[in-house]
Amino acid sequence: MIASTLRNGASRVGYEVRNYFRQGDTVFFTFLFPLVMLLIFSVAFSSGTFGPPGAELTAAEFYLPGMLAAGLLLSGLQNMSIDIAMERGDGTLKRLGGTPLSPVSYFIGKLGQVLVTGLLQSAVLILVAATVFGVELPTDPGRWATFAWVFLLGVTTCAILGIGLSALPRSGRSATAVVIPIVLVLQFISGVYIAFAGLPEWLRNVASAFPLKWLAQGMRAVFLPAEFEAAEPSGSWDLPLIALACGLWLVVGLIVVRVTFRWIRKDA
Amino acid sequence: MTDAVVRVEDLRKMYKGGVEALRGVSFEIARGETFALLGPNGAGKSTTIEILEGYRDRTSGVVEVLGADPQHGGLDWKARLGIVLQSTGEAPAASVREQLAHFAGFYPNPRDVDEVIAAVGLTAKAKTSIRKLSGGQRRRVDVALGIVGRPELLFLDEPTTGFDPEARRSFWDLIRRLQDEGTTILLTTHYLDEAAELSSRAAIITDGEVAALGRIDELGGSEARVPIVRWRENGVAREERTENPGALVARLSANGEPERLEIIRPSLEDIYLSFVGSSRVEVAA
Repeated sequence: MIASTLRNGASRVGYEVRNYFRQGDTVFFTFLFPLVMLLIFSVAFSSGTFGPPGAELTAAEFYLPGMLAAGLLLSGLQNMSIDIAMERGDGTLKRLGGTPLSPVSYFIGKLGQVLVTGLLQSAVLILVAATVFGVELPTDPGRWATFAWVFLLGVTTCAILGIGLSALPRSGRSATAVVIPIVLVLQFISGVYIAFAGLPEWLRNVASAFPLKWLAQGMRAVFLPAEFEAAEPSGSWDLPLIALACGLWLVVGLIVVRVTFRWIRKDA
Repeated sequence: MTDAVVRVEDLRKMYKGGVEALRGVSFEIARGETFALLGPNGAGKSTTIEILEGYRDRTSGVVEVLGADPQHGGLDWKARLGIVLQSTGEAPAASVREQLAHFAGFYPNPRDVDEVIAAVGLTAKAKTSIRKLSGGQRRRVDVALGIVGRPELLFLDEPTTGFDPEARRSFWDLIRRLQDEGTTILLTTHYLDEAAELSSRAAIITDGEVAALGRIDELGGSEARVPIVRWRENGVAREERTENPGALVARLSANGEPERLEIIRPSLEDIYLSFVGSSRVEVAA
């Protein structure tokens, strides 16, 4: 039973990843979007510098962490919530629900798809930042270890929350209308497009209730010079708090998914 | 019936808002039998079939499918079913072969994927994305996905919608092969010739109730099968039901050739229409 669940899960990962890259719209709005934003910011603010005197950064260096965090949110939450709401709307879930496929295998497939595409997305972002805009990458293995756990915890949390959020839209067609505003607002208040320290305190507090703020902070801890730590509102990268906040959201997400996920809306 | 694969007893379904979709439906399907569920749109066919498939919960009554209550059917139970839903729904980017091979992997003892593709006549399209297929071809993919798991019980909810006549004939051949292998089939269709061709027994559902139930060639009882003689007299359409149409025709012809004379032995379609309230054939008292 467990063996077949895992084998089917692995088969779903392959199927999901192949079909992900066959959808032109997801590839653009989810996969390439952070890269497009990084290109725009880097070119638009190419003459400006960011950060405290003596440790100024170029626009590409300054925006890379935020775009990586946005990538986690898009590949996880936006991708999953729209994808599954569409699959519920177009009958994919109904068809799967009539087969002996375990919902666990289905989730393994979705998480695998998010991990693979999220990892590729981060790799492309980092590669373009380093080669096109000359962003210097960290050499300290400790920082890459931080990247690894922030990425894994972040992308998993976002994916699980996305699966939970997919229950909200009443139809596949309304999915983007429900999900995109949430994702967009979170990006603006969480330090992705606008420097977090520059936001009013009450707005920072609101953003701190959601995971994206913590993911952006974690990515800054990986890619920004040590001098920037003092510029954080709390004066620290607060890595343990990042783990705690994301971990809590992960648990909340798992409970929501366990309680709400159905192959179809019965008696709709 | 001890070897009933499907047993439905006094099945009732009340939707939210008080719509009573099923009002006490009962029937059984024996192993190896092909059973047709007939009735107009909205009569409760799809509600019934979706309750049997486990997609919907019933309000009351007894339902047993392959020895289990569909409301609590586990994955092992689902592995013995094949489901062709009424609507085709999604068209994945995957190719026909990819999609079938992927689904075949869910089942413990699937059919050979290429044989299934050949059986539904899509060998030439095996490498084509399902998205690029025509409506009728996508429907054949649905059928292929329904049988790839080698089901004991196959649900076919209006399977041939969108088929051209030739595709329907080859679909019928496919169903006969499945019947020969012992597959039990529950079929809903709007094509009465299809039901007559493929199934041994049928139920006609109207307004959430079983209006008629029995062998295809006995459905509606003997009086529904009484031949009808039609003719015109002084420009007025006349018809009479009689067990002895020859005698009636002889009597009518005695005064000269009757206008537009015909003798009709009610087909399944005529009998069906007499139950769903069409005026085409009035059930004579």
